[in-house]
Amino acid sequence: MKTAITSTGNTPNALLDQRFGRCSYFAIYDDDTDSIEYIPNPNKEADEGAGPASLQLVASKGVQKVISGEFGANVKTVFDSLRIQLVILNNSDKTINDIIQLINHKK
Amino acid sequence: MSPRPKRLRKIMNPPLMKGFKPFGLQHETAASEPVFLLFEEYEALRLVDFELKNHEQAAGIMMVSRPTLTRIYAEARRKIAEALINARPFIIEGGKIFYDSEWFHCPKCNCDFNNPFVDKSTPACALCGSHKVVNRQQVIQTNGEQKQSGEYENSHNINR
Repeated sequence: MKTAITSTGNTPNALLDQRFGRCSYFAIYDDDTDSIEYIPNPNKEADEGAGPASLQLVASKGVQKVISGEFGANVKTVFDSLRIQLVILNNSDKTINDIIQLINHKK
Repeated sequence: MSPRPKRLRKIMNPPLMKGFKPFGLQHETAASEPVFLLFEEYEALRLVDFELKNHEQAAGIMMVSRPTLTRIYAEARRKIAEALINARPFIIEGGKIFYDSEWFHCPKCNCDFNNPFVDKSTPACALCGSHKVVNRQQVIQTNGEQKQSGEYENSHNINR
């Protein structure tokens, strides 16, 4: 199963990005192959429509779960209709590695 | 005077298909016009006839008044009867709606997550797998901010 994590950088030590639409990178973690793919977010500097555009990007990767600090009102409803689970992490001191360890720990 | 604006109706889950069409027609009539069943009418039908809620409860879930729910429900039945009797296909589309799912909070890793899959009624934490999660009904009160963004009035691209 693929999980998208919003990231501030393209290394496993990067912190979780608190914003969804304008995050720096999307880390797509696949727990079947234990691989991480970093995608630079083309909508980082967008004036408007960053949320829906980012949503299309992560949805096209086939993820089933998205982890970020906050989701805007525009994307929450669309994620619901696409049946993609949203996870909101309020404390920002977790790195991509920490989150992946949390996901793996559950199995 | 323009009519009073409609309240947004809350939809728990989108339908599994876009519509139905008749088969084995007696007379090969010209392709008849489809009936457009609105999402809120589908949801009213689901709550009342499938989950067997009374109109009062269903109205509460969809966040409309009881008389409004009854009107939506009556329209849903009328449209489905129309489709059945006149062998018209029906398409589930449009309506003044917003989607919402149940939100949960996990105290162990201090995260919030939602549950888009209705069939799993008691989910584990999406992050750490802890089963001590708290249901946060109405965590996001979406009414105010979604008045502009969540209107899908008869839109053909509902982003699915």
